[in-house]
Amino acid sequence: MEKHTDVICPFCGTLCDDIEVHVEKGRVMEALNACKLGNAKFMSMNKKHRHLVPMVREGDGFVETTIEDAVERVARMLLDAKRPLLYGWATTECEAQSVGIELAEEVGGVVDSCASVCHGPSVLAIQDVGFPSVTLGEVKNRADLDIYWGSNPMHAHPRHMSRYSRYPRGYFRERGQQDRTVIVIDVRRTDTAGIADKFLQVSPGDDYELVNAFRTLLNDGDIPDEVAGVAKKDIEGALELMKTCQFGMLFFGVGLTMSPGKHRNIDNAISLVIDLNKYTKFSLMPMRGHYNVTGFSEVLTWQSGFPFGVDYTRGYPQYNPGETTSVELLSRGEVDAVFVVGSDPAANFPKKAVEHLAKIPSAVIEPHETPTTYLCDLKIPSAIAGIEVAGTAYRMDNVPIRVRKIMDPPAGLYSDREILKMILEKVREIKNGA
Amino acid sequence: MELEIKNGTVYDPLNKVNGDRMDILIKDGMIVKKLHGKHEVIDASGKLVMPGGVEIHSHFAGGKETAGRLLRPEDGARTVYPKRNGLRSGSGYSMPSSFTAGYLYAQMGYTMCNTPAMPPLFARHTHEELGDVPIVDKSAYPTFDGNWFVMRYLKEDDPDKLAACVAWFLRATKGLVIKLVNPGGTENWGWGKNAVGIDDPVIGFDVTPGEIIKGLAEVNERLKLPHSIHLHPNNLGKPGNIETTIETLDLGKSIKTDKGRQSIYLTHAQFHSFGGDSWKNFESKADELAKYINSCDHVVCDTGNVTLDETTTMTSDGPMEYFLHNLTHLKWVNKDVELETAPGITPFIYSRKNPVHSVQWAIGLELALLIDDPFKVLLATDHPNGGPFTRYPRIIAWLMSEPYRRYYLEERVHKGAQKGSSLATLDREYTFSDIATVTRAGQAKALGLSELKGHLGVGAHGDVAIYDINPSEIDPSNDFKAVEKGFAKTVYTIKDGEIVVRDGEIVAAPQGRTYWANPVVDHELDREMLKDVEQYFKKYYSVNLANYPVQKEYLERGREIQIDARDVK
Ligand code: SF4
Ligand SMILES: [Zn+2]
Repeated sequence: MEKHTDVICPFCGTLCDDIEVHVEKGRVMEALNACKLGNAKFMSMNKKHRHLVPMVREGDGFVETTIEDAVERVARMLLDAKRPLLYGWATTECEAQSVGIELAEEVGGVVDSCASVCHGPSVLAIQDVGFPSVTLGEVKNRADLDIYWGSNPMHAHPRHMSRYSRYPRGYFRERGQQDRTVIVIDVRRTDTAGIADKFLQVSPGDDYELVNAFRTLLNDGDIPDEVAGVAKKDIEGALELMKTCQFGMLFFGVGLTMSPGKHRNIDNAISLVIDLNKYTKFSLMPMRGHYNVTGFSEVLTWQSGFPFGVDYTRGYPQYNPGETTSVELLSRGEVDAVFVVGSDPAANFPKKAVEHLAKIPSAVIEPHETPTTYLCDLKIPSAIAGIEVAGTAYRMDNVPIRVRKIMDPPAGLYSDREILKMILEKVREIKNGA
Repeated sequence: MELEIKNGTVYDPLNKVNGDRMDILIKDGMIVKKLHGKHEVIDASGKLVMPGGVEIHSHFAGGKETAGRLLRPEDGARTVYPKRNGLRSGSGYSMPSSFTAGYLYAQMGYTMCNTPAMPPLFARHTHEELGDVPIVDKSAYPTFDGNWFVMRYLKEDDPDKLAACVAWFLRATKGLVIKLVNPGGTENWGWGKNAVGIDDPVIGFDVTPGEIIKGLAEVNERLKLPHSIHLHPNNLGKPGNIETTIETLDLGKSIKTDKGRQSIYLTHAQFHSFGGDSWKNFESKADELAKYINSCDHVVCDTGNVTLDETTTMTSDGPMEYFLHNLTHLKWVNKDVELETAPGITPFIYSRKNPVHSVQWAIGLELALLIDDPFKVLLATDHPNGGPFTRYPRIIAWLMSEPYRRYYLEERVHKGAQKGSSLATLDREYTFSDIATVTRAGQAKALGLSELKGHLGVGAHGDVAIYDINPSEIDPSNDFKAVEKGFAKTVYTIKDGEIVVRDGEIVAAPQGRTYWANPVVDHELDREMLKDVEQYFKKYYSVNLANYPVQKEYLERGREIQIDARDVK
């Protein structure tokens, strides 16, 4: 049996790096320290369902093809399109993302990540007002107040609280849990709310009003007896905790970014945190979902200057969220081919966008069957980053970690990076030939 | 591959070549005495030839640098660089994207760039990004200002483990230089506090900024590092901070070095040369700092020129960035890093019409003109903090031309600059040799890399910049516009003997080297120290020790500078 220690879990943005994986004869026996979600990801390696060769649509079904043929098809699809969309990237390593960006630039397409359907509003808000934040170790060592707003880590980031916020002992928080207070703000009493010291139930869609109430009180204004379904005294009580803590932290999830108001909610929440810095140290952080959605925004930003929704059709990077972002481009029918890598837009895009996606030429690189692979014209299976391929990923606090390779991919499978490189070379070959 | 650069007018201060007409020969990437085979010839008659430029302090790549780009799409939209000649596209006025930064530096004749504030925990990011900065050689300076191990060993008075631990961090982060940013202040910022003087307490650690600076300056020499400590002192950007600056520099007086260089490198001196006690009576104290530096030999500084542009400030000085944000109310990013440091970012609009900004502009130039020896005052804007590095040609022209400065003082900037500084009284004009010193030779020497960099003698890297300026015809004092234009783009930039820029256009974009220091201390000591590191990692870091050091995959052309420091035990 091989024992791999310090393995990184390539599942959620918590990016736990203390997993111990036992592998025997190419099978994962155990993934110690991983939560239920992480464990499931490692154990899924043992399932028999993986495709090993590319499949191309023919009539109602798919037929097998070679990697060379698949690569050429993607290359031609991207070159034939006026404005192809290269979408996804949240579940692959930065080195692959980097090749993907170069490919988008080479074919003059749009490159975008799932930020536009999860934390894109957070980025817009950051670009409006800024972003006072810290790394997760700061939270562990210093925080005496943690707020989770529109986020249910017990389910979506199961080890977040045990590693960084509610439970661990830190340098200045030697007693761990006893030294810390947790507030949960959500539209329903989640399991996370169940272990919080304080729970504020905000009425659905009214997050903005509640943030405003905090800010109004903080800046010496007055509020009605109830705001957004929360009693004034509870708002005041929570605010008092925020003002008097030594180190406060606001973690926010899609409950806040995707509720009505979207980036205005986050704008306002960031402004609240900035205001609180007049009283004490206060910071915030988005609870990023996929393990490397942050990495994509890092790579794209240092290479192009912009974090998502970058349009290369004019030969230089252009960024205009709402115009150069996937959902809008698809819904308005403004792209004429889609290439998906490491994502499943068919499962989480609005209906109109998915309908257009189904109409235009499409290809996907993806280890597993997903709703998107059912819709597309060509699917190329790949090795699984973080288990079969090493590379860089960025945790939700932007800390870069090298995910490990703990087993070989099945024979014949390439990594996303290798496949993308082949496509890029083929594109250049075709361009030069023409 | 052999190359002959014929008949140029050469300025190579480290070899005392001062405008001589001579040929430079390059073989296999190095400067040589003789060529044997068939070789390419560049006719440099009537052209200015210098060693490749060396950037000693520029925030062109790293975690906060990318956060700064993300914060400001308006800066990206302001200047775009379309894809051409098979190169990569990019964007950014004050903060160009990675590929573009490499191209722009090479086009100005620079062949080495060092990014000066790398939080160790983000080293992997920095190196990943450096890999996307083409052409130039590179290095990164890890920050130690709020390092918990450093403070612990200082408190325990264990200089040996302190040295071993610094060596470990350099190795783990693949860093070249000990960088300090607002020592102690960044740790206090964890509680929203700061440390403005060298005797202020660091909360929870029982040490002072002064002890951190002195302790690490001593460690630096025990580890025989090429460069000295690279210091951004406490109290940056506050009226009256000259006192703190001088007190800080005094700490280096007693530090012995057998390297023949400074024991303290003071970066962006402009931001640390303020007088007055409010913005109302704010004034330049460049004269005081210059007097100090002229009268000692343990300090080298860079100017930190303000170029009067709209820019994006980004430093590891979190409390200072918050202070700036409160002045301007512009958007603000903070990025405290566990056990290490606390970077921050906020945009800043320097205005010609603003008296304070105008005095700041004057201070950067005063320092360059008042410090006698150009090897002690190097040219840098602390890119992008004082302004983008693309402004270097203009600063060069200011330094070479009193009329150009006078025009700015009288017509362009706020009158306050005449009252608040001595610039109007300074008639010194830099020579081409001075310019070669403050843009390459001095940097190479201060960095301790002058065997390979910053000169054109035999054994140096074949890095050469050829400018379309004819020193025997031009009068820089009056033709300042031609000087500015001439330094903006080379006719040729040669990197390791390869032509990378021709007529101002990039023609090749090879990967540069990344230098890092590996001082090897006594093995037993190293083991003992590592036990502490292991324990701290388990308890306080959010990543495991095994996942912390930067793997070799991140340095495509890594160059380890191994140093025998086994006498540290
Ligand atoms: S919390 Fe996230 S990263 Fe950690 S083990 Fe669970 S799924 Fe994996
Ligand atoms: Zn700096």
